[in-house]
Amino acid sequence: MTSFAKPHINLKHAKRNALGLTRHDYEGAMSTLCAGCGHDSVTACMAKAFFELSIEPHRAVKISGIGCSSKTTAYFLSESHGNNTVHGRMPSVATGAAAANAGLTYIGVSGDGDSLSIGLGQFAHAIRRNVNMLYMLENNGVYGLTKGQFSASADIGSKSKKGEVNLSPPIDPVTLALSLGATFVARAFSGDREQLVPLIKAGLKHNGFGLIDVISPCVSFNDHVGSTKSYAHTYKYYHPAVHADYVPMSEEIKTSYAAGEAVPVELHDGGSIVLRKLDEDYDPRDRGAAYAQIAERDAKGEIVTGLLYIDESREDMAAMNKLTSRPLNTFPYDELCPGSDALTALQKGFR
Amino acid sequence: MSTPKSTPGINDFVIKLANVNGTGSASANGLLMKSIFRMGVPVVGKNVFPSNIQGLPTWYEIRVTGAGYGARSGNVDMMVAMNANTYARDIAELRPGGVLIYDSTWPRQHVLSRTDVTVLGVPLAQMCNAAFKVARSRVLMKNMAYVGAVAALLSIDVEVIRTLVREMFAKKPKLVDLNMQALALGYDYAMEHFECPLPFKVERLNETKNKIMIDGNTAAGLGCVYAGATVGAWYPITPSTSLMDAFKKWCEKFRIDPKTGEHNYCIIQAEDELAAVGMVVGASWNGARAFTPTSGPGISLMSEFIGFAYYAEIPLVLFDVQRVGPSTGMPTRTQQADVQMCAYASHGDTRHILLFPAHPGECFTMAADAFDLAERYQTPVFVLSDIDIGMNDWMVDELEWDDARQPDRGKVLNAEQIESLEQFHRYKDVDGDGIAYRTLPGTHPKGAYFTRGSGHNADGNYTENEAEYQEVLDRLVRKWRGAADHVPAPIVKKAKGGKARWGILAYGSSDCAVLEACDTLAAEGLHMDYMRIRGFPFSDEVSDFVMAHDHVFVVEQNRDAQLRGLLLLETQIPRAKLLPLLHYSGEPLTSHFVHEHIKDAARQEKSA
Repeated sequence: MTSFAKPHINLKHAKRNALGLTRHDYEGAMSTLCAGCGHDSVTACMAKAFFELSIEPHRAVKISGIGCSSKTTAYFLSESHGNNTVHGRMPSVATGAAAANAGLTYIGVSGDGDSLSIGLGQFAHAIRRNVNMLYMLENNGVYGLTKGQFSASADIGSKSKKGEVNLSPPIDPVTLALSLGATFVARAFSGDREQLVPLIKAGLKHNGFGLIDVISPCVSFNDHVGSTKSYAHTYKYYHPAVHADYVPMSEEIKTSYAAGEAVPVELHDGGSIVLRKLDEDYDPRDRGAAYAQIAERDAKGEIVTGLLYIDESREDMAAMNKLTSRPLNTFPYDELCPGSDALTALQKGFR
Repeated sequence: MSTPKSTPGINDFVIKLANVNGTGSASANGLLMKSIFRMGVPVVGKNVFPSNIQGLPTWYEIRVTGAGYGARSGNVDMMVAMNANTYARDIAELRPGGVLIYDSTWPRQHVLSRTDVTVLGVPLAQMCNAAFKVARSRVLMKNMAYVGAVAALLSIDVEVIRTLVREMFAKKPKLVDLNMQALALGYDYAMEHFECPLPFKVERLNETKNKIMIDGNTAAGLGCVYAGATVGAWYPITPSTSLMDAFKKWCEKFRIDPKTGEHNYCIIQAEDELAAVGMVVGASWNGARAFTPTSGPGISLMSEFIGFAYYAEIPLVLFDVQRVGPSTGMPTRTQQADVQMCAYASHGDTRHILLFPAHPGECFTMAADAFDLAERYQTPVFVLSDIDIGMNDWMVDELEWDDARQPDRGKVLNAEQIESLEQFHRYKDVDGDGIAYRTLPGTHPKGAYFTRGSGHNADGNYTENEAEYQEVLDRLVRKWRGAADHVPAPIVKKAKGGKARWGILAYGSSDCAVLEACDTLAAEGLHMDYMRIRGFPFSDEVSDFVMAHDHVFVVEQNRDAQLRGLLLLETQIPRAKLLPLLHYSGEPLTSHFVHEHIKDAARQEKSA
């Protein structure tokens, strides 16, 4: 089987963004995932977010690991470079790429197997470094390509398609990320685009590592009765706690939010993320409190979603390394090589 | 095997210092060696140290060689025995007629039983305890005290040592006085109690002009700066750590904007080697010159990404400062046992480019070459150094840099070039040399492609089609073969006077031992041609050299004759032509070892 290009049709009256591009300009190859896969919805949301943010497709970089979710980087932004790396190692490639050129927009796409089992180490350390990227973790609790083994995010008591019951405790990327010092932590559901698209936009604009843990059901291996990652289960238990909207610098923050309800968070690019609390007693600016609430509600089986934590004050990797604002990959050679005179001079220390 | 028999002479002898790790001996020993170097006399220094922070035995060997040989000779003419735990073996190692110096604060008559060596006791601890108040100083200053005694015995110019002390402690003037005092203690004691100098000693020469003393890791780190590398990712591992330390040091000197304090380099200490190489893949893919220094265990972990970089055609520069394997092995001892692993690292059909520096000077030049080759061929390139080259100070020619040199960034299309294309084909052999054009992210919408380690066709699209898959795989091997004439060429040293029947092949840190053995053998009437291999894939020159001789010894520092194996796999050379000559104890190769083996082979041939 080879890959299929998607026919590119631009409708005359299609909505155009600030660059004059339409939604179709943000699409990619035809998906080869199963019909009804949650990941395809997430792909559409990512394309829409890039479109709405008017990011030039070729100034975006898509990086992924191995697995169904990681394949999806081929299914949007066909005019962006994509790098489908090796299993569990997307974060390191993204880290190196971001070091070489901090001027592009980086989106990493991964799954629960890729991020929480084989790639748990790299996932954790990319968070610690606060690499400026958005990390999409398409979470379905199961290994799809190898036909239905539990992943590390499977809940205790969740049943596999063959009826096996999972006994090991799950790794929750959200609380894990909070404990590692993540600066943007969100959880979403592939079935709720109204929530997900604004979250992706906010995550792309956040300066530093943004995590969106998207519950994205696997229709082939984990959508049955007894599974806690099925569509039915997620629809029943998911609960938006905080809504987030990205507002560019040019736009005034709308005053339609009731006072006390909307909290704008200023971003490095001059824009803001406006937070709307749907749960009054939830505070996405307090790491400790957020952690406690999520852990408590997770334990009850509730799936808390939305922008669960944000901190714009921490330096990202580029700032921590005092990188110049000019991308490292653009420096002309004569600015990098110290030359023969310097070599002669420094060798006095070796005599 | 017999021990070497040559007698020591003026500027021709070996001092070995047996110390306890963590007692500050390394800097004193380095200073002793450098003082001889500054007297214009060539030196060879080998630090044989344990994988330990404090307490285990450690040795430092200084060969004084007016003739300018670069290897260990195999002799020990003077032993400075400062470690009671190793007295027995240290004394046994001394050549008959040699000199033993020990701390006579505690009499050791029962172990100092050899009658064929001269035993000189210096009450180092006693003198230092009397002279210094602080406990740590009493330990540290014993080192400078024995340096003083050795200087007196070997006629080393004390003024030269004093200058070095002042330079070493320029920022800590208090230590200058302490060290000077300790130096005088040892010097005066020796002058008073022994007949100084000994029959073998140092005499000023003018053989170190335009030479420097530098270790390979420092030189390689400097080479990366000169090559224009901007991203370095690594995970700490002995013995490669000092390479990144050096890169950092030179970057702090040359790559920080004095006005803004901004860096035009990024060094990332990764969580493991898997991540370190992944970061290099990401940075190189994105158009920066990036590298990772590691050692054998790191290459094992990096293998998956190495295969990815090979197949997805991403430049990758790896420094493997080899240490003793298998597994954790002996982390501070030397070997050349990663050759085959690096040549074919990763699963599937993979072949890589290898460079073999023989000394720190080549670590500098080959670091720069590695980036050019990696970018030209869009593939992993390994610089296979080892701990002997990487961590010992070697006397080498002053490093040179040609300011006209421009980096070979390979076939990277810019925005205008992409714009003018009808369509961009990432993996198409446009020029017939097996090297396709690549584009960098962010350049142009038409230049976008999908980089993958899965089966792909000439456009980079996923494929499971037989012909499309094979087209790419076949081009990869054509591309790799094309590198044979662009890796550093072999260096041949022909035997004097006519055609030699036998030859020697060697690479890397075996070079100096082989060069000296060739001289010794020639003096005995056995003339050998010698070729030093500096890169893989092998050029035709290598096969031609072997075919022109009856037999060729392949000198290597591993058990399994790994380079010989590569020669048999990659060339048509008949097996019987290549005779393995293997040294894999973990200690740097001696010229004596090479000489004896070849002499034995010659003897056997005669008697057969």
